[in-house]
Amino acid sequence: MNDFTYHAPTSLDEALAALRGAEGAKLIAGGHSLLPVMKLNLAAPSDLVSLAGVPGLADISDDGDSVTVGAMCTHAQVAGSETVQGRIPALAAMADGIGDAQVRNAGTIGGSVAHNDPAADYPAACVALGATIVTDRREIGADDFFQGMFMTPLAGDEVVTAVRFPVPSRAAYAKFANPASKYAVAGVMVADGPDGVRVAVTGASGDGVFRVGEMEAALAGSFSADAVAGISVSSEGMLSDTAAGADYRAHLVTVMAKRAVEACG
Amino acid sequence: MSGNGTGIGASVKRKEDARFLTGRGRYTDDINLPGQLYGYILRSGMAHAKIGAVHTDAAKAAPGVHAVFTGKDMEGVGGIPTGWLIHSKDGSPMVEPAHPALATDKVRYVGDCVAIVVAETAEQARSAANLIDVEREELPAVASIEAAEADGAALVHDEAPGNVCYDWEVGDRAATDAAFDAADHVVSIDVVNNRLIPNAIEPRAAIANFDPATGEYTLYTTSQNPHLVRLLLGAFVLGLPEHKLRIVAPDVGGGFGSKIPHYAEEAILTWTAGQLGRPVKWTCERLDAFKSDTHGRDHISTAKLALDADGHFLGLHVTTRANLGAYLSTFATCVPTYLYGILFAGPYTTPAVYCEVKSFFTNTVPVDALRGAGRPEATYLLERLVDKAAVELGMDRVEIRRKNFIREFPYQTPVALQYDQGDYDATLDLALEASDWAGFEGRRAESAARGKLRGIGISTFIEACGIAPSAVVGSLGARAGLYESGSVRVHPTGSVSVFTGTHSHGQGHETTFAQIVSDMLGVDFDAVDVVHGDSAKIPFGMGTYGSRSLAVGGTAIYLAVEKVIEKGRKIAAHLLEASVEDIEFDNGSFTVAGTDRSTSLGDVALTAYVPHNYPEGLEPGLEETAFYDPLNFTFPAGTHVAEVEVDPETGAVDLVAVTGADDVGRVITPMIGAGQLHGGLAHGIGQALLEDCIYQDDGQLATGSYLDYTMPRAADLPSFNINHNTTLCTHNPLGAKGVGEVGSIGIPPAVINAVIDALRPLGVNDMTMPATSQRVWQAIQQAQG
Repeated sequence: MNDFTYHAPTSLDEALAALRGAEGAKLIAGGHSLLPVMKLNLAAPSDLVSLAGVPGLADISDDGDSVTVGAMCTHAQVAGSETVQGRIPALAAMADGIGDAQVRNAGTIGGSVAHNDPAADYPAACVALGATIVTDRREIGADDFFQGMFMTPLAGDEVVTAVRFPVPSRAAYAKFANPASKYAVAGVMVADGPDGVRVAVTGASGDGVFRVGEMEAALAGSFSADAVAGISVSSEGMLSDTAAGADYRAHLVTVMAKRAVEACG
Repeated sequence: MSGNGTGIGASVKRKEDARFLTGRGRYTDDINLPGQLYGYILRSGMAHAKIGAVHTDAAKAAPGVHAVFTGKDMEGVGGIPTGWLIHSKDGSPMVEPAHPALATDKVRYVGDCVAIVVAETAEQARSAANLIDVEREELPAVASIEAAEADGAALVHDEAPGNVCYDWEVGDRAATDAAFDAADHVVSIDVVNNRLIPNAIEPRAAIANFDPATGEYTLYTTSQNPHLVRLLLGAFVLGLPEHKLRIVAPDVGGGFGSKIPHYAEEAILTWTAGQLGRPVKWTCERLDAFKSDTHGRDHISTAKLALDADGHFLGLHVTTRANLGAYLSTFATCVPTYLYGILFAGPYTTPAVYCEVKSFFTNTVPVDALRGAGRPEATYLLERLVDKAAVELGMDRVEIRRKNFIREFPYQTPVALQYDQGDYDATLDLALEASDWAGFEGRRAESAARGKLRGIGISTFIEACGIAPSAVVGSLGARAGLYESGSVRVHPTGSVSVFTGTHSHGQGHETTFAQIVSDMLGVDFDAVDVVHGDSAKIPFGMGTYGSRSLAVGGTAIYLAVEKVIEKGRKIAAHLLEASVEDIEFDNGSFTVAGTDRSTSLGDVALTAYVPHNYPEGLEPGLEETAFYDPLNFTFPAGTHVAEVEVDPETGAVDLVAVTGADDVGRVITPMIGAGQLHGGLAHGIGQALLEDCIYQDDGQLATGSYLDYTMPRAADLPSFNINHNTTLCTHNPLGAKGVGEVGSIGIPPAVINAVIDALRPLGVNDMTMPATSQRVWQAIQQAQG
């Protein structure tokens, strides 16, 4: 790991100034994605701007028909939040299944969505629940936000401040995890929300999170596991590694979708 | 043995845990010497390449850098030796290519040492290493056994045609062929024993120093056997006499075999410290550990079993190809031969056994011993084959085993070993009872009601541990003896220091050996300390591996204590004005037989060091050393049962129950015995279900981090149901057999047999380790396709 300058701003403005002050500056939240690649010298930012000291970024609020989660909320906070557990239990359960306890106590929702790892869990939750990503300057719908592996519309100096989740009538997440990394091999969030039924898949595709329209249509007609059991996704474009090849991943998407629907009750 | 609250067999807490659990352990990386520099090893990123010039000027000019050395600089220094000479079937010696510590003309695996950069800080050394320019010409890599033996395969070493190191055999081929000719049934099997990465929690590290005042080199290193490192590094690599080379292996965080070998880095560091006249420290990073610690196993085998009409085993024929990696590590050559082929009688009376093993060089990390070393490979093959025989003959899996058990001891196997003792029916019965084998069908039905496939599997096995009489291993090609030393120093005030040539890297010797000595001498458990891991303190030693520490090292200590008692009787006889023959020793007191006249060990010890009133002609002092050369291997045995539940939709295997019934001989420290069994089981379950070292065809390691290499975690394991039926080893006074490798040897075939049992209703009859969810799913697809 190369030397870098560490900034600990105490306001969003200071953070933005620090971010703009150095060409190689990167934001750091929980650091669980950035630090490993820095250790491998795959990333070598000149400056790290921490959001840990910026107030107001770690709140969870119940806004009636939606729940807003501050960007610096750790996965453990989301999992343990009475608000989230009460309003969107599927989101709390999903957060409780991310990585391991150490990851959950350091990794943040803002960091996860901004990184857009194709095997991260949050993108599936955001897309299925029809979430809105709130930044320091605008609001971006989840469908537009996750643009493929590690790609988002965020500007270099843009800061995610919160994610707003509409409260669904029912939702559930089913994940098949990589046995080594515990990242999703296939994670499917099914949600029946204000915009209808949505099915979002993470972990499986090389393009990151995607929706399965055929399953959504089937579930709109009949919200049952049987409705999706016969619907398969193509293995084309699926990720393939030592733990799971493309065919297996495509198969698991259907199985996890079925289980998510079952878990919706 | 008097037996008291802390004596042999008593439940005591481990002495060493207070320092380990409070962060006061002193590992190699905790050691810092005045003026030390830091070394960084530049490793090959290519699996196979010719090396031209290595340009180091930019690195040498980098901030903080003191020196950069390459293979050219170390020319003239000996290569890294191997410890065991194997002969092929035709009597020719194995091919033993040179292994330069720093690569000279070629690199032969990803991770091969190319250069060392020495700088003021570890970061400076690493950054400077990026500036080294190595002229390379990439060569085709052979990254697997199949690639190594293919027609026209590239040669890892020019002197090894076909990449073959040796083509070895054991057993009577003609007798085995005759058994097959006479057989009513022949059952065949093909198995792969997956390659594993050891993953000790403490990465390797070393710090070397040269003292010009004494001319002595000191190397602190993460070793399971410091004297062995001294022997190999001193005599073969650097040409240093023993009294000028001190090896210290302080607290070591796990080895599992990967810290047996003498590694190139130890030679590079020690030589570099001599060149620079300053201490040099190196700590391996985890990613480098994946590609530079020796790996384990990696066999491809085919075998057939001859049976009569009743299911009696008549003959066994095994053909194995083994991967040795790019260079011959210390014990590499004996693991797939003398630690493997001689195990194939197992617990069975098979009268004719033949095993042939061809071992190959490949462009992969050197392969060496890993917990069990050869014996898991043999046991896995045999217990898979026996299960398959039961199915093909329509016999019960338990009964076919029982029908073939050895029941008369000593038993001479057809593959060299002579078992001294055992009771295989007892451990089998115990395991069946403890696992509720009889009630399994009910549990299968219950799982089926939940849409799950349940299976149960068994393995009955023996091990050969505590290797072995030196004369025997010498005749088989070992270049060292395999005895052990123990010294017992009773201090003037009666406290005791015990010196052992074994090494504890998690095993708890400081507790177990203290229990033995305190029990035998009748001194307080807390008054006995055990010293190990320093060639300057210990007379000699062969270290810890192969479950040898208690059976061999413990026996040496036992014999040294007996010598102490014998000398004490002479001193006591003088003090009590009696004849030596009349002195009895029990629980710390020397007594004149039939009287109440006695004196304590403490008084005797004080007298030995203040010999004012002392037997004429007797040397003062109370310290004795014993060397023990084992009379035979020891033969732990047992039965393991695994129960799994398979999710047929995902292929995920849930290991729901593990039962062990083990005969490990006498257990000195119950908690340590249980801990070793648990650790070995976790290791074996890791091999069966999770761990898989995969190389790409180009020799790049595809599972080079914890993102892809699955270590077993607590959540992957059920609570273990451990049971003992003990028979004592007949040829060492402790009756000890060994416990450290039991789980990794016994459980893998039980797990895979259980997975196959679960899947058999779907038409699946085979499974390769590890039984990952994808592999199980694919097997189901194929069976139903």
